[in-house]
Amino acid sequence: MTLVASRDGYGSALVKLASDPEIIVVEADLGKSTKSQNFRKLHPERTISLGIAEQNMMLVSAGLATSGYKPFASTFAIFTERAFEQVRNGIARPNIPVHICGSHGGIHTGTDGSSAQSIEDLAIYRSLPNMVVMHPSDFNSTEQLTIQLAKTNSPSYTRTARNKTPVIYDEDAASKLQIGKGAILVQGGDVAIIACGVMVSKALEAAELLSENGISATVVDMHTIKPLDRNLISSLSEQCGCFVTAEDHSVIGGLGGAVAEHLVENCPAPLERVGVSDHFGQSGDGDELLEEFSMGMSHIVAAAQRVINRK
Amino acid sequence: MQPRWGTTVMSSENESKEGISSIGELLETAKKCRRNIVEMVHRANAGHPGGSLSAIDILVALYKTRMNVDPYNPDDPERDRFIMSKGHASPAVYAILHEMGFLTAEDLTTYRVMGGVCQGHVDMKWTPGVDFSAGSLGMGLSFGLGTALAATLDGSPRTSYVMLGDGELQEGQVWEAAMAAVHHEVGNLKVFVDRNRIQNDDFCENQMRMFDVAAKWTGFGWAVHECDGHDMNAIVESIEWMDSITDRPAVVVAHTIKGKGVSFMEDNPSFHGAAPNDEQLLIAMEELE
Repeated sequence: MTLVASRDGYGSALVKLASDPEIIVVEADLGKSTKSQNFRKLHPERTISLGIAEQNMMLVSAGLATSGYKPFASTFAIFTERAFEQVRNGIARPNIPVHICGSHGGIHTGTDGSSAQSIEDLAIYRSLPNMVVMHPSDFNSTEQLTIQLAKTNSPSYTRTARNKTPVIYDEDAASKLQIGKGAILVQGGDVAIIACGVMVSKALEAAELLSENGISATVVDMHTIKPLDRNLISSLSEQCGCFVTAEDHSVIGGLGGAVAEHLVENCPAPLERVGVSDHFGQSGDGDELLEEFSMGMSHIVAAAQRVINRK
Repeated sequence: MQPRWGTTVMSSENESKEGISSIGELLETAKKCRRNIVEMVHRANAGHPGGSLSAIDILVALYKTRMNVDPYNPDDPERDRFIMSKGHASPAVYAILHEMGFLTAEDLTTYRVMGGVCQGHVDMKWTPGVDFSAGSLGMGLSFGLGTALAATLDGSPRTSYVMLGDGELQEGQVWEAAMAAVHHEVGNLKVFVDRNRIQNDDFCENQMRMFDVAAKWTGFGWAVHECDGHDMNAIVESIEWMDSITDRPAVVVAHTIKGKGVSFMEDNPSFHGAAPNDEQLLIAMEELE
């Protein structure tokens, strides 16, 4: 099994996008970490460093975007939040297509501990009108979806992960992905597991184990949290009748929240949310922390069994 | 109601004249703007007259003598940019945009009215000729740095002008942008600080002492100039001085009087964000004859 971090997919996408002269990369010092440095090395003339100053980075990007450029601005997920009001008032409100990437999202970020583990970014950006919010699951899907952002005329927030995770898509499969369309990775009729980011590979493992126990699960990579693929959820509600969401994020307001909102209003079905249960993280190895916080493969399996019994 | 972004609103009686306006014409235009500012705020029974009246002389001089903008083509990519970072001083912006032909007299009556072109705080999505959606202090200089960097990348002569309030300098983001603008040697970024010494609650001196504002900018490496922000000759000279600085960003600290031109508003913190009543309107209009 090949392991690569999704943040490398972001860096690779920037390099592939570079032939478009309107692409410009904006950094707040962490290019080595977010992987925007891949672009900087090749195109320093189109890379703007703003030092450790995220608020400034957001509005400089907005200024560039209104002058015809397509800015890709990155820092750690948690530090984009420092500039939340700048994103809200300076980017989302005037609907300026600035593409923000927050790397090192989630508790899977690991040993740096809770200060660096954003568990609320998807929720807060999802609450903003005009924003596209994504959390792709692997290298190839991150690369593909980031490339698609360059053609998107809306502001966006994409979360990538620090640590290596299994490659789920080959290049051909990734090329079929579309922003706003969930990808069905496994088809099954007993339960629908909707996952994003690093939890997608855990969901696939869980589906395998469930299958060995005679339970057939659908697994969806819901890489786009907003706009949510509502049609897919509605059809899965009919097809499977119950749901598990799995995300490396607070269970409040993120993927689980988005799916719950849609279900309750449109096609009620039992739902179990696997995620961070309203507490902060701590230091530790990424996978070790997922287990500690009841977010591992076995916990998805248990949630699936519980929710099937609630049908 | 859809925003009117992209719609050119023409005002035939106010087409900008060819050539540079005389000082007398600038003063006359500023007086007309002052009357419109006070009337807008009175009509809306809300808004920010003090900081609009302190800023208006600078806006008049800048738009009438320097800014390359076209009311027939407000989205022209090659236009100069004006970024009103203290976005609550929107009546000043609407007044000068009216004089420049971007807004009609009728448009001015929509200030703070639902569906109106003239939103409470300047908004690029609603008003032709507005380059930046402000209203939350401290963001405009960063945005102006972005538009200035874009012009440099394009090899374009377009210039970005930013107006900041002095109270606004208390926002840390201003200094993030100030540091970055010097680091990148941005020579097409020009800033006015409207040093009217009053913020929402009180005099700046009582809220957060500013000490020597010009020295702060000097310390960050900017080219710095100070002037009387109500002396039209001094303002025009300051704009010319800004033009001469091309190797780094330039700032003019303009010493102004909050509420300038209306006796009971002058230097009065109460008129930062309060409308005149009917009686006060009459007095103001008499003073602005």
